[in-house]
Amino acid sequence: MWNWIVAILSDPNTRWILLGCLLLGFSSGIIGSFTFLRRQSLMGDTLAHAALPGICIAFMLTETKSVGLFLFGALVAGIVATFGISWITRYSRIKQDAAMGIVLTVFFGIGVVMLTRIQHGASGSQSGLDKYLFGQAASMVMTDVYVMGGVCLVLLIACLAWFKEFKLVSFDPGFARGMGLPVGMLEQLILLLTVIAVVAGIQAVGVVLVAALLVTPAAAARCWTDSLSLMVLLAGVFGALSGATGTIFSTLVPNLPTGPVTVLAATVLFAGSALLAPRRGLLARRLRSLQAKSAYLREEHATLQTLSAQRAQQERGEL
Amino acid sequence: MSDAILFEKSQLQPNANHLKGTQPTSAPLSVRDLAVAYHKKPVLSGVSFDIPEGQLIGILGPNGAGKSTLIKAVLGLVPKMHGEVKIFGQSYREQRRRIGYVPQRESVDWDFPTHALDVVMMGRYGHLGWFRRPGKKERDLAAHCLEQVGMGDYMYRQISQLSGGQQQRVFLARALVQDAELYFMDEPFAGVDATTEKAIISLLEQLKKQGKTVLVVHHDLATVEEYFDHVLLLNGRLVAGGPTNEVFVPDTLQETYGGRIAMIGSRSEKGQV
Repeated sequence: MWNWIVAILSDPNTRWILLGCLLLGFSSGIIGSFTFLRRQSLMGDTLAHAALPGICIAFMLTETKSVGLFLFGALVAGIVATFGISWITRYSRIKQDAAMGIVLTVFFGIGVVMLTRIQHGASGSQSGLDKYLFGQAASMVMTDVYVMGGVCLVLLIACLAWFKEFKLVSFDPGFARGMGLPVGMLEQLILLLTVIAVVAGIQAVGVVLVAALLVTPAAAARCWTDSLSLMVLLAGVFGALSGATGTIFSTLVPNLPTGPVTVLAATVLFAGSALLAPRRGLLARRLRSLQAKSAYLREEHATLQTLSAQRAQQERGEL
Repeated sequence: MSDAILFEKSQLQPNANHLKGTQPTSAPLSVRDLAVAYHKKPVLSGVSFDIPEGQLIGILGPNGAGKSTLIKAVLGLVPKMHGEVKIFGQSYREQRRRIGYVPQRESVDWDFPTHALDVVMMGRYGHLGWFRRPGKKERDLAAHCLEQVGMGDYMYRQISQLSGGQQQRVFLARALVQDAELYFMDEPFAGVDATTEKAIISLLEQLKKQGKTVLVVHHDLATVEEYFDHVLLLNGRLVAGGPTNEVFVPDTLQETYGGRIAMIGSRSEKGQV
């Protein structure tokens, strides 16, 4: 199998795609850390599913498959979706999680109906839009990789430039607003960057599973560290690893979509982290509680012994 | 490092303002006819008051009286339905650097990946402005403020590993590092032990000595007379506001809290006899 991987890497086209997916995983992990800490993990999923009708409409209107246009369509759909969610939560008693569930499914339903229409249409069969459901990194062409790389760079620069603002808005938005930061705008910016990450990842990972690249690496990284900058970096590395694994395996195995493999790789990383991480890991915690218990028992044993020794002494004294 | 060094800038600021001063009577906080509503349900209405400078002010009232809402409306965290808020005679936007804020402790997720010193440094972000990272100066200021609240030994402690009282002190240190002149504190005494409460109140006294004005949302009626110079009694509206010895009397308390206060009132009277 190692030979296979080497053989694949020797193909320059695959190398570029692999690099693109690495970059995608890295930047998704980074922006995902902030959505994860803001407890908006489901938001990424909603935005990804909502992107599908946007992409379909962009294709139906122009009859061309251009990543830039799809990005625009997905962006508009994502914005409409976020407005839909805030509209539902504001004007009904429905909470945000339910509102997200409603918007996610409605948009995805519409998207699938449109996709089916496109597939049966004249230019549809060669559109390759069906690949957008679960992703096919190998189907990307050079320009796609360029666009994806550029978008990821923009994401990275934005997260670096506004790191301290994003941190404060994620930790304590009330305090941030009291300080005079434009919290609403920063929150929208984080959402916008999330949409961009989602759209950049759609072709490689697919709308259904792209959210996993936002959530799972961040959750895995959180296990290892209590520092935000380290967590963000680790999430990026985990995301990049997952993206690369997904790309390599889907290139190796014919007809294997990239998305599921990427998600599985991320999940393995997460399971390992949740189990083995030194302080927050399951094993470490179990070990600590066992240690505490045995220390307590030892102490109790010692006090019992001194007590009985004292009593014996007393009895001897009485005799 | 002494307080004088740390706060030299703020000591200069009032003077500079005074020289500019065409409005000598600009109170630290002046609220006119404020009304706030959540989901069309009015929480506060017709609230007007002025706050004297350099005093500790308690905001009192039963649950749901709008105490936190008042602070949030002044800080612009919730939209005002009606009314006007002036801080040192100007809008909040122009004066926000002179404001420090301690939110309710439960308002944040304490499992956030950061340590105490880092949280305190967040208080300097407003002074730093965009695209500038906190450096050594911010770190020193934050460390000094943590020491002031007795948390010098916990600087690099992960915030979820701190007790409730320690978390509250971290929030106080973050407000201190803001180096403000007008402070808003939302229930700083909630769920802290007696030691922390004493530490907080001595800190408030210190702030007062430096000429700062502090508004505190407070629950424990037994300590009001001991802690505060001035009180605002709220119950959906401003029932009474003024010096504690004038306003904190059975009649207004009865009006603020309804029947529930009768017992506490009579007990404190017995105590005085």
